Amino acid sequence: MVPLSWYLTLAAALFCIGIYGVLARRNAVAVLMGVELMMNAVIVNLVAFWRYVQPTAIGGQVFAVIVFAVAAAEASVGLALIISIYRRRNSVVADDMSLMKW
Amino acid sequence: MNLSQIIFLVVGAVTIISAVLVVTLRNLVHSALWLIVTLFSVAVLFVLLEAGFMAVVQVVLYIGAIAILIIFAMMLTRRAMSDEASQTNGQWPASLLIAAAAFVSLAGLLNANAWPALPAADLSGTVRQLGLALVNLNAFVLPFEVASVLLIVALVGAIYVAGEKR
Amino acid sequence: MPEFNPGNVLIYLYQLLGWWLGTLGIPAPIVVLIQLLVSIISVGAFALLLPIFTIWLERKVAGRFQDRLGPNRVGPYGLFQSFADVFKLLTKEDITPAGADKVVFNLAPMLTVLSVVTIWAVVPFASTMVGANINVGVLYIVAISGLGTISIMMGGWSSNNKFALLGAFRTAAQLVAYEVPMIIVLLVPVMLAGSMGVQDIVNAQGTAWFIVMAPVAGLIFFITSIAEIGRAPFDLLEAESEIVAGFHIEYTGMKFGMWMLGEFLHAFTICVLTAVLFLGGWQGPFAKEVPVLGIVYFLLKSFGMYFIVIWVRSTFPRIRIDHLHAFNWKVLVPVSLAAVVLTALVDKLVTTYLPGAGDVVRATALLAANVIGVLALLGIFRQGAHAERERLEGGRDASHGEAAHHDEPGEPGAAHASAH
Repeated sequence: MVPLSWYLTLAAALFCIGIYGVLARRNAVAVLMGVELMMNAVIVNLVAFWRYVQPTAIGGQVFAVIVFAVAAAEASVGLALIISIYRRRNSVVADDMSLMKW
Repeated sequence: MNLSQIIFLVVGAVTIISAVLVVTLRNLVHSALWLIVTLFSVAVLFVLLEAGFMAVVQVVLYIGAIAILIIFAMMLTRRAMSDEASQTNGQWPASLLIAAAAFVSLAGLLNANAWPALPAADLSGTVRQLGLALVNLNAFVLPFEVASVLLIVALVGAIYVAGEKR
Repeated sequence: MPEFNPGNVLIYLYQLLGWWLGTLGIPAPIVVLIQLLVSIISVGAFALLLPIFTIWLERKVAGRFQDRLGPNRVGPYGLFQSFADVFKLLTKEDITPAGADKVVFNLAPMLTVLSVVTIWAVVPFASTMVGANINVGVLYIVAISGLGTISIMMGGWSSNNKFALLGAFRTAAQLVAYEVPMIIVLLVPVMLAGSMGVQDIVNAQGTAWFIVMAPVAGLIFFITSIAEIGRAPFDLLEAESEIVAGFHIEYTGMKFGMWMLGEFLHAFTICVLTAVLFLGGWQGPFAKEVPVLGIVYFLLKSFGMYFIVIWVRSTFPRIRIDHLHAFNWKVLVPVSLAAVVLTALVDKLVTTYLPGAGDVVRATALLAANVIGVLALLGIFRQGAHAERERLEGGRDASHGEAAHHDEPGEPGAAHASAH
């Protein structure tokens, strides 16, 4: 039997790798991949908690389904923004998108 | 150590290694392909957690849609990033530090707690239960509808943002 | 020793293998493991050997459609032509292009074959014969076809060839778009059967096949499936006359053979899925009592569908890419959504207000609803076609006064009007 803490530790590791990807990558699409990793870590946590804490109540899985929907929305809008910026400025480097920064 | 633990460790190792490759590889299409491996092994984790529906949705949604979108965007914008240039910005050492610190503190916190053991449960009706819960007025119908509105807004917004302006 | 059961030869063989391994003193978990491995390998081998026959069939039938004989030199009726082709491909030079991404390039053809063969895990061959009767079978099929899309994109990108990359782009655009109506119409059999398990769906078709209850959904599923396998008229991903061969332009030898194997097997697999989801799978007279008969019915239906696929391939021209997408987003997606809503509504009404009515009443009501829906759709198309014709021809005909304000600059009609 696998203890719950293993799943949580794995999810934490996945989340932190995602954080590194978001903070350190230059390409905006790669940043988005880091966000996807973090989302996945969250879903692993939700499903693990559902299985270990309340497998008969379905709330945990519903939560995970909602996170899936949010992830899909986030990816589509994010990629649309990146494509739009690439069209106008011919760059996908996140640091170049600093027009609105003080 | 029993069989399920060994399977978990193998799958977990694949997940972590491929995730590390996703954020470190210089060739971005390769890292997108490794992202697919990560997503797939997370789906295997869902199978280990006896959430078959979640596993299949993970594959349909993440691999079948999001990963393809990402590879597509990568190919469309590939001229802007040559593989030779550095793929990391100046703050990567700090990022590494932050990520490592976050992991150490999270892992310490997680393992200091006493978590419940795996309860035995009959999970054969989970998919049915989930479907009924999503349309039950006394359960989760409102979040479900809000999620669908969110999806439609994201769809329209994405088309508007990325479409050619005339 | 297990008792011999004439109706269930395969189950008997499975049990016999387990019993024999047990007598050798092998522990029980390993016996089960070996039993499962043997079953997996036999289903996989069946799936992988099928194309040898279906390729011959396809060439023969396509030959007849084009008023020629097809292969007839190697073996009786050219039956061994596929073997000759395989040997030819095996002896050819295996080239990996210099600029190619070697690992991805070599991985892609394997992944494409794998993605098709794994679909066969959930196909029910007979009432007692199904690889894995998982309760999310339909979603599993959709999930696996996503892997096929990725393999094509991998092959196209890694070839380092602009035509291959164009093929990969078209793949991403076409396959992802056609997956949308496909997933939507797959809800119809799931709804009618009340389960996502493939075997449950076949079991629910005892009285009436789902093609009777939901002909629109069946047709849309079949069309989108043909688009998913990328065959004529949807073969834009490899369009020989436009982008040479699309994503597999750089592949030679057996790697090319694996793309072809994947494509032919996928073509047969969608026929199997159509047969299972809409044509009752193994259902037929006495199929429940004698499972072997079920396999016969199953194969008959599948090959019948395969004949239609070849027919479509041999007779339709390739459609243009904007037509392809207009057809998908403006016709297939709305119609499939309407089909789902209609089916849900009628099914619910019948089960609520006629609780004692059997499957026959239900099927009749659903069929009637579908027919009315199709007639309404044809009416809408007719009106649209009329409006379009008026818009295009109105300017040409000066006596049609009201057509004048349809003319906007840049339209074909406007040029005609000014010429008058």
